[in-house]
Amino acid sequence: MDLQTLWFAAVAVLWTGFLLLEGFDFGVAALLPVLSRGDAAQRRADKNLMLRTIGPVWDGNEVWLVTAVGAVFAAFPGWYATWLPAMYLPFVLLLLALIVRAVAFEWRHQRHDAAWDATWTRVITGGSVVAALAIGGALGATTLGLPIAADGTRVGGAFSWVGWPVALGAVAVLAYSLVHGAVFLALKTEGPVRERARAFALRWSPLAALPLLAWAGLVVLRSGGLVSTVLWLVAALAVVGTWTRLKVDREGQAFLGWALVLLASAAAVFGAGYPTVVASTVDPAFDVVVGGASVSDYTLTVMTWVAGVGLPVVLGYQAWTYWVFRKRLTAEPEHEAAHA
Amino acid sequence: MDVLDIARWQFGITTVYHFLMVPLTIGLGLLVAVMHTLWVRTGRAEWLRMTRFWGRIFLINFVLGVATGLVQEFQFGLAWSEYSRFVGDVFGSILALEALLAFFLESTFLGLWIFGWGRIPKKLHLATIWAAVVGSTISAYFIIAANSWMQHPVGVVMDEATGRPRQVDFLAVLTNNTALAAFSHAIVASLMVAGGLLVGIGLWHLRRRKLAGRSTEDVDHAVWRRSVRLGGYVSLAAFLLVALTGDWQGKLMYQQQPLKMSSAEALCNTEAPASFSIFAFNKLGSNECDDVHSFTIPYILSFLAHSDFSSPVPGVNQLQEQYADAYGATYPDDPSFGDKAGEPIDYTPVLAVTYWGFRLMIGMGMVSAAVAAYALWSTRKGRVPTSRIGVYGSLLAVGAPFVGNAAGWIFTEMGRQPFVVVPNPDVPRAEQIYFFTAQAVSPGVTAAEVWTSLISLAVLYAALAVVEFGLIVRFVRAGITEGDTTPTPGIGGGPSRDDDESTRPDDDASDDVLQFAY
Repeated sequence: MDLQTLWFAAVAVLWTGFLLLEGFDFGVAALLPVLSRGDAAQRRADKNLMLRTIGPVWDGNEVWLVTAVGAVFAAFPGWYATWLPAMYLPFVLLLLALIVRAVAFEWRHQRHDAAWDATWTRVITGGSVVAALAIGGALGATTLGLPIAADGTRVGGAFSWVGWPVALGAVAVLAYSLVHGAVFLALKTEGPVRERARAFALRWSPLAALPLLAWAGLVVLRSGGLVSTVLWLVAALAVVGTWTRLKVDREGQAFLGWALVLLASAAAVFGAGYPTVVASTVDPAFDVVVGGASVSDYTLTVMTWVAGVGLPVVLGYQAWTYWVFRKRLTAEPEHEAAHA
Repeated sequence: MDVLDIARWQFGITTVYHFLMVPLTIGLGLLVAVMHTLWVRTGRAEWLRMTRFWGRIFLINFVLGVATGLVQEFQFGLAWSEYSRFVGDVFGSILALEALLAFFLESTFLGLWIFGWGRIPKKLHLATIWAAVVGSTISAYFIIAANSWMQHPVGVVMDEATGRPRQVDFLAVLTNNTALAAFSHAIVASLMVAGGLLVGIGLWHLRRRKLAGRSTEDVDHAVWRRSVRLGGYVSLAAFLLVALTGDWQGKLMYQQQPLKMSSAEALCNTEAPASFSIFAFNKLGSNECDDVHSFTIPYILSFLAHSDFSSPVPGVNQLQEQYADAYGATYPDDPSFGDKAGEPIDYTPVLAVTYWGFRLMIGMGMVSAAVAAYALWSTRKGRVPTSRIGVYGSLLAVGAPFVGNAAGWIFTEMGRQPFVVVPNPDVPRAEQIYFFTAQAVSPGVTAAEVWTSLISLAVLYAALAVVEFGLIVRFVRAGITEGDTTPTPGIGGGPSRDDDESTRPDDDASDDVLQFAY
């Protein structure tokens, strides 16, 4: 495998890792109003419980996005410099959503005031939904098609990215994240929230997988081969597997199954799409491809060495974080004795 | 305004705003880690309370820094796509390595630190804050290395096939002397920000406690006293290092970007020996160098630039001619230069900005150092100052190093115009790599789009600044709360009560655990 292919794979892994990790915190945040029930105090307690499941990890998850975008810039500046300006407004919307969401996580508890709390909780939900839609739309467009001219600039003005690829990607990422968040909550909590989350995932998982499977299927039909077709089938089977595991209360296995839905779909999309990184709807000859968009072999070699050493370390300590906070959470916050 | 101007305003506003958070994150993070270490080593209650109180301020600030940092990574592509294509072989890889090696460390270990109180072993927990601080510092190094490459491109050759620089020596990019000087300058300047905060807030609490007749024997008194002393010493030491590293950086800039430095001095014509300008009068807002007149000290500028009292320092007028000879008197008549195509090139940066930015940077550093000296003197041998002017002046001066940091960056960034990548004078003219700001902007993006993002980001940033400032003021006023006295998960305690009087109602107790991270 040459270095450009390796880095295309690395970028694909980073985007998939981002969707897999941030996907459940987008989902949990979006489900706050859906899975909290009862009177105002009870709903607030439910929301607190749900937010505690992602509290220690959402920021680390978001770094996957920063690294994915950084890797696109680093390895394929031609991709970065075509994709971002072509979808200027959706990316700005993404940034606005991520900013308000991040501060809302931290600021929500800074005052003992129900209205303040409720406002920031709504901002967390709204910001997460908009961010999931925007990032899904952007990924849908780069894999399915953007109006790109021969020189890599956008034709047709500020809204020329609007189209079904953006809508499909947006709905796919949001729908996947909703069920992902529900399965995560079922895995990480006890009590009524766990039951509701499991019921939600059981009811919606087949439907929520459809847009993602449709997206992957379209890329496979356009440019896929045997391997990407098999990957697509694996993704479809994983949906069935997830559902059956949920049915018998095996949340851990269901979580792995639902993760496999994403891993296989993303592998199908990126695998079938390769070597195209931005598909042009104007003329396939204008597609931005790995070879034309990439940096020099020297720079790729340097990055390969640094990432080869750095990435295992990162994966190690992120995994350790999940291990430290592995316990199921209950509605009663624990007042643990301090380690002396 | 055309797209270029709007995009420049956007970059300036979002970056200066982001950089209000950054030095506090770097400086205060380091001091909180020191406090935490002292608590683990000595077990003294005041160090725990200091860690928790200042840690809370650190975290409120940190999240806004992270949130606004996101914009930075995207806007090179959004508004500056031609720049991104041109520098892609060097610049993007530094950003990606920053994310991989620094941001993961920072965010993962801060999450562990916040939620790890009482949950992971004490020493391991201490290691998490240090890991986060190391992450912030590495991040600063990488981003400054990226910026310094734009100021002084090294480790690259021009690739004739693509017309863009190709990286040939990654180590040279990382050990760029511009980067080493700028990094050390920025780190010590960050410590001045943190030191000034400890001093201003600590003095205010000490004075308030004294006027209220509180004991000077209890733990909370020690908290504020130690904060003032620590902040004062850190500020003064950092000021000394800021001056030394600034001198190093200044001398490099006289070689690498003489126009930036001469316009910082409004030195119109070459002088030998050259005089240092203290203060300009008469048309001080003018951008015509010859209009500006100032009080000067003879010989000093030669010394600052070359460490002797006789060497010539080139003037703005002569340099403008030299640059026009070397890089052209007009922009090429090429569509990639947009409205600027065929227009004359002004190689002199905006004189009023560089001249006053430079003086504001130095002046604010001096204000902060003077306040630190006052704080140490007025708290000597257990004293507590009650002077309204002294204490409130110190509180106001918390802002001084923030302004100084911002002014320094505005000076250095606007001082390199009209280039976005400045030619490196150490290599022969034919091999030099440079890029004009005018050709860096995204060609396909419309003015309406950039207006939309500029306005929406500016409005959001303003609103967030109001909330953030309000929250910090509340926490500062509340001071030490009962959540700070035990090492419980979350950075506990909140300003729900006024000072030490009552405890919080029981139904809010669940929030103690939840404080902070979500």
